[in-house]
Amino acid sequence: MSKVKVFIDNREVIVDEGTTILEAAKKVNINIPTLCYHPDQKIKGICRICIVEVEGQKNFSASCCTPVRDGMRIRTNTKKVREARKNIMQFILVRHDGDCLTCVRNGNCELQKLSEELNIKEIKYDRIVENLPIDESNPSIVRNPNKCIKCGRCIEVCHDVQGVGAIDAINRSDDLKILPGLYEKISDVACVYCGQCINVCPVGAIYEKEDIERVWDVLEDKSKHVVVQIAPAVRVSLGEMFGFKPGSIVTGKIVAFLKAIGFDKVFDTNFTADLTIIEEGSELLHRIKNGGKLPMLTSCSPGWIRYIEFFYPELLGHVSTCKSPQQMFGALTKTYYAQKFGIDPKDIVVVSIMPCTAKKAEAVREEMNSSGYQDVDIVLTTRELGKMIKESRIQLEDLEEVEFDRPFGIATGAGAIFGATGGVMEAALRTVYEKVTGKELEKIEFTALRGIDEYKEAAVEMDNMKVKVAVVNGLKNAKIILDMIKEGRADYHFIEVMCCPGGCIGGGGQPIPSTNEIKKKRIEAIYNVDISYAIRKSHLNPVVNKLYEEFLKEPLGHKSHQLLHTHYINRKN
Amino acid sequence: MVNLISRLCGKLDPLSIYDYREKGGFKSLEKVLFKMKPIDVIDEIKKSNLKGRGGAAFPTGLKWQFVSMEESDEKYVICNADEGEPGTFKDKILLDGCPFQIIEGMLIAGYAVGAKKGFIYIRGEYPKSKELLIEAVDILKKEGYLGDNILSSDFSFDIEIRSGAGAYVCGEETALIESIEGEPGRSRFKPPYPPNKGLWGKPTLVNNVETLANIPVILEIGAENYKKYGTESSSGTKLISVSGSVVNKGVYEVEFGITLREIIYDICGGLIEDRKLKFLQIGGSSGVCIPADMLDLRLDFDEFRKHDIGLGSGAILVVDENTCVVDFIKVTSEFFEHESCGKCTPCREGNYHIVRILKRIAEGKGSKRDLDLLKNISDVMQQCSLCGLGQAAPTALITTMKYFKEEYEEHLKGYCRAGKCTFKGGVLDE
Repeated sequence: MSKVKVFIDNREVIVDEGTTILEAAKKVNINIPTLCYHPDQKIKGICRICIVEVEGQKNFSASCCTPVRDGMRIRTNTKKVREARKNIMQFILVRHDGDCLTCVRNGNCELQKLSEELNIKEIKYDRIVENLPIDESNPSIVRNPNKCIKCGRCIEVCHDVQGVGAIDAINRSDDLKILPGLYEKISDVACVYCGQCINVCPVGAIYEKEDIERVWDVLEDKSKHVVVQIAPAVRVSLGEMFGFKPGSIVTGKIVAFLKAIGFDKVFDTNFTADLTIIEEGSELLHRIKNGGKLPMLTSCSPGWIRYIEFFYPELLGHVSTCKSPQQMFGALTKTYYAQKFGIDPKDIVVVSIMPCTAKKAEAVREEMNSSGYQDVDIVLTTRELGKMIKESRIQLEDLEEVEFDRPFGIATGAGAIFGATGGVMEAALRTVYEKVTGKELEKIEFTALRGIDEYKEAAVEMDNMKVKVAVVNGLKNAKIILDMIKEGRADYHFIEVMCCPGGCIGGGGQPIPSTNEIKKKRIEAIYNVDISYAIRKSHLNPVVNKLYEEFLKEPLGHKSHQLLHTHYINRKN
Repeated sequence: MVNLISRLCGKLDPLSIYDYREKGGFKSLEKVLFKMKPIDVIDEIKKSNLKGRGGAAFPTGLKWQFVSMEESDEKYVICNADEGEPGTFKDKILLDGCPFQIIEGMLIAGYAVGAKKGFIYIRGEYPKSKELLIEAVDILKKEGYLGDNILSSDFSFDIEIRSGAGAYVCGEETALIESIEGEPGRSRFKPPYPPNKGLWGKPTLVNNVETLANIPVILEIGAENYKKYGTESSSGTKLISVSGSVVNKGVYEVEFGITLREIIYDICGGLIEDRKLKFLQIGGSSGVCIPADMLDLRLDFDEFRKHDIGLGSGAILVVDENTCVVDFIKVTSEFFEHESCGKCTPCREGNYHIVRILKRIAEGKGSKRDLDLLKNISDVMQQCSLCGLGQAAPTALITTMKYFKEEYEEHLKGYCRAGKCTFKGGVLDE
């Protein structure tokens, strides 16, 4: 590729042809402000905040979408440029509900930050307050259109990454709005509640339905026995909200905090992740032996489940009937745990802390009450946990690390890696291999299945059987594999699907920003957690084995079917 | 007035292929297909110095060359017949008068740039013209002028007729392309330009109806003869649409070089009721408003450019002294507020604020600060908008604030010289 020489603010920069002005400026540490730009998304060029002056040109150029030309002379910091940016910013601000002090994104808002950086001191134009209704129609996601700045990031992630298309830009001119198509509410359309829109929203226009107060309430209710479970992906991301570097592991601090605020027991979802492997692995072998529907698809990710229920219900027979680890945990806590410790299940409150917004909706699915009660009562996202920590004024960095409680705090490295794309498959292979061959698996790291790539596959020889597996993350990639299954081209036994790009570590409930760069760090951390465990195979988890001995008896047995397996709904209409 | 491009309009049955051939139709196509290489065709068009008639005045031959140089298995030719600029109705005359001539232009363009597929994007408000085009395409398919191996040559070309739901922005080439692709008509940023990446990401030539109507003529009479029409910088003729307070409204074909005064007073018979001319708006609602003392300007791309004027679509709106500048611009701005696609911030929000401020001024509630704001907004829109719509939307505002500043200032003091605006205490005119 040929190189071009340009001058940005009188500094010479040599870059590849086709480089944008924005990228070229970054090379010399010139930081042009942006708003609609997102490092993981396509260039949109619509907010126009990033305009710069180009010598010999009458109009400004948007630096995000203008490639440099050889000899171009660019000025990013003239009075005219600064004034134009301020004007554009004011156009946005007059339509934005600027109630920052009570906003969910207070302190973590790109618009707020940009307003400060651009030194906005007045708003010259008439304020336009529309007071549009806030959409709280569903258990997971809230939309406040009064905050929306129409940057289009949520639309892109919903359409191009997830292939769902629940929201779109409707109308034109100043009447342009981002809405669930021609409907009023998100609950009216096929939204999977993945929350990826939340992670890319620069402002507080989309956020999870907050359930923090419900948790504070039950913690003060002396009649309740409140237990909490923490998903694998939460411990590798929460630290980001408190100044820890991405990829920091704060498991012990989270446990310490949750104990400090009064949870009766702090358990680990990694434990039921191990249990899932036993059930799901057994189901896979059962399907292979008995001519069941193959390939089998994983079922841990509730956004993915809603997706297939909406868009490919005819393939639901391929989905494992295993509940997700969150739901297995709830069902067991209100049965096995309640019996074992003599607690009336009606007094037990199960709280989960999840990287996910779809988990909130999963918990309230009608069929998720096999314990006789709603299996999981309250679901918080990683972000909500962060907010509780801030609200409590307990300093996370000061907390001494504490271990999980027993019995459901005992887990293996296999359960830990459920949080990253490829993790469920790797954990399953570690167990299935040993079950099938009766031999010890020497090399337990399936590196071909690791990493942020959208589509991964592997084949594992097990005695005289070659088990072929695939891993996809992001629903657009799930669609590809579903189409392959429909056309009979998916020559796999087992396919892991995670709804969110990168897996649960990139879930819709994770700290913002949640860019690919940050996700890679979280994935690294997940595999470090794996290594830190003495036991790294689910079938060697002593508590899981005890659970079968004392209560479940056998995988896929009667009790398992009752408590750990589920069915799905055709949501296509 | 001349009769070069429009010479067949009204002189034949628009759907009679016999009439068209009788009058020399398809001679250029035959010549091109059997006697010229694509590169020769492009050279001839370049030599003719033809510039795009849609508004941007980009050299047509150069655009063709860009498309022809792209290596791609598929390329497209789009005829932009989304004549949406207010006060412009010249493409309709060509489309209704002689659709075969435009299609012949497209065929030649397709041959020259290496495209096999063409689209005519016609505005939804021209249903009759659309029907006519559909019939014309059907006839040409039957007669072997469209489809595979046209006139038994190696060249194959097909045309589909498409139209939008009436959005003004769809006249902008990238929004038009989005619309053909089935997306809402919203502009894309450029580059990439359509000649490199257009319809479905393929190299695409987008030419205006009038531009394409010139093509068979140039190839018939030759670039040298064609250049005898017009001026050095602007060869050929231009179809102008004259409307407003003028005696003879209509579409006229004129040679470049004619003065505005000649157009208004000689061709169009002056203003109705001998009213006094206030200003002309050139090129439609997105065009400049120039005062009566600039009437001796010659219709010429270069001369216009010297005065920072774009010829645009060639619309001329004649406005007399009975019109209030503020009211006129308010109506113009309301049009753009309605037609902005809403994608980029300056255009989506700028038009809104311009309309609100102008309403305030028209109601006698304006202040000096409002004039400053108008200046701010229009500058930002012009310099920062994503596409031509937003960049050009405040043109009339900017030019009237330059040439009729005192009239805006009078409104701040509660006086409207045209008696159009009703002030404080009166009934407000919405």
